[in-house]
Amino acid sequence: MMLLPCPWCGPRNVSEFRYAGEAGTRPEPGQATPEQWRRYLYFHTNPAGWVRESWYHGAGCRRYFPLERHTVSNETRATGESR
Amino acid sequence: MNVAGNSQDNGRRNGRPPSHNGKARSSRSRYSALRLLRHGLSQQDWPLAWRQPPMRSSYDVVIIGGGVHGLAAAYYLAANHGITNVAVLDKSYIGSGGSGRNTAILRSNYLTPEGIRFYDRSVKLYEHLAADLNFNVMFSQRGHLTLAHNDSSLRTMRWRAEVNKLQGVDSDVIDAGEVKKLVPYMDTSTTVRYPILGALYHPPGGIVRHDAVVWGYARGADALGVHIHQDTEVTGIDVSGDRVTGVRTNRGDISAPVVVNCTAGWSTLISDMAGVSMPVQTFPLQAAVTEPVRPFLDTVVVSGTLHVYVSQTDRGELVFGASVDPFASYSTRGSLEFIEGLAGHVLELMPPLSKMRLLRQWSGLCDMTPDYSPIMGPTPVEGFHVDVGWGTYGFKAGPVSGEAMAETIATGRTPEIISSFGLDRFTQGRLVGEKGAAAVGH
Repeated sequence: MMLLPCPWCGPRNVSEFRYAGEAGTRPEPGQATPEQWRRYLYFHTNPAGWVRESWYHGAGCRRYFPLERHTVSNETRATGESR
Repeated sequence: MNVAGNSQDNGRRNGRPPSHNGKARSSRSRYSALRLLRHGLSQQDWPLAWRQPPMRSSYDVVIIGGGVHGLAAAYYLAANHGITNVAVLDKSYIGSGGSGRNTAILRSNYLTPEGIRFYDRSVKLYEHLAADLNFNVMFSQRGHLTLAHNDSSLRTMRWRAEVNKLQGVDSDVIDAGEVKKLVPYMDTSTTVRYPILGALYHPPGGIVRHDAVVWGYARGADALGVHIHQDTEVTGIDVSGDRVTGVRTNRGDISAPVVVNCTAGWSTLISDMAGVSMPVQTFPLQAAVTEPVRPFLDTVVVSGTLHVYVSQTDRGELVFGASVDPFASYSTRGSLEFIEGLAGHVLELMPPLSKMRLLRQWSGLCDMTPDYSPIMGPTPVEGFHVDVGWGTYGFKAGPVSGEAMAETIATGRTPEIISSFGLDRFTQGRLVGEKGAAAVGH
């Protein structure tokens, strides 16, 4: 079993969460060029190591929160932030 | 330049046919029934199927990744275009990645015309592969069923069947009664949670012996002069200006004007070394196999709704696969949650299997692209080509990818069959959406 540290509910089984991908900065939709927008949509760093992600606690507090996870060992660490 | 180092037989520790050391290139006598009989009676070891040559300091083409894609590209470079000064590098033993971890299903009933043409060419190449390579790859065209459990899947299947037929691919929608005739053990009753309404039936689909495909290409490429370097990990790619000039490995540097990334799982990490970013995320996909039983399952059975596919190997084991894990990871650890879910779904389809015992489970890494189609061809770095983003459908495309990548490298032009799979499609918004036909869990 793999536990994720939800900042609101504490450590919970990973099956309660939905993965929302790497945390990225969304370009301003009104100003971004199509190329910038597509880059934001499709390109990720996909590292083999620590990465900052968004997760959604669908079976708990139903909130999105940031999380750092090691993609090889699946260790997680809370970011200290709740949103 | 380190050429001395590695003298061990890489294959041996895996009980695989190891490569040979040096000189004996001649042992390329053909495999045949007569030879099998004669050799069997002689009680001697079989000669090794491919060499382990010393590493040169430069090659015309360096291929990173010794799986079916990399070895097929090397084979077709030598066989179709006469380019033999080629090295295939693998950080472990050949076929240790996706090529040895897939569920060996071949089919061409995709959704887009581009996809269908491409995968159909691969099935055609697989049909003649055993003869071409003089290596029995055990391709068994036993038919492929994709089950529909609801109206929307049935609609997608009708769509797929019609596009398939237009492209000349044998594919049709059949009803639950016909499914029952093909797979008598299937529960086709209407009182279950996910009743079977029909299926997309694809008679040319089937399964193949995946390791044999890797070994066959390795033996074929080696016989034509290609160097296969196992246990050779690429640690860097040299780029000068916007041209690739070589690779750095744990066994020394190699200079090469052409470098091809044929890896799965590590494709973003390798491309990053050349400064090329990839729209790829790596997800593990788990699979499992049961103990062998007598033959009872003739076709390959896939259910998108239940996230499972089942086939029975020639040895009698049932091979199960599923959709990718729900989050990106490079971890190849199996999970109990996966196996519990899988078993439940399999029993939903075939209740008599409840007494079957699982032998083992494993997982492989899938490089998922946004549109479920691969990324093939040149990159902004001249001489650096990619054949990546193979998601959950890479094995079946091995031969055609090798053929097309070899043509791209030899002629400098991207052949029409892969022209829609270029890396530039993501910045130009020309995606080739195959999710409806490539993904199990959609």
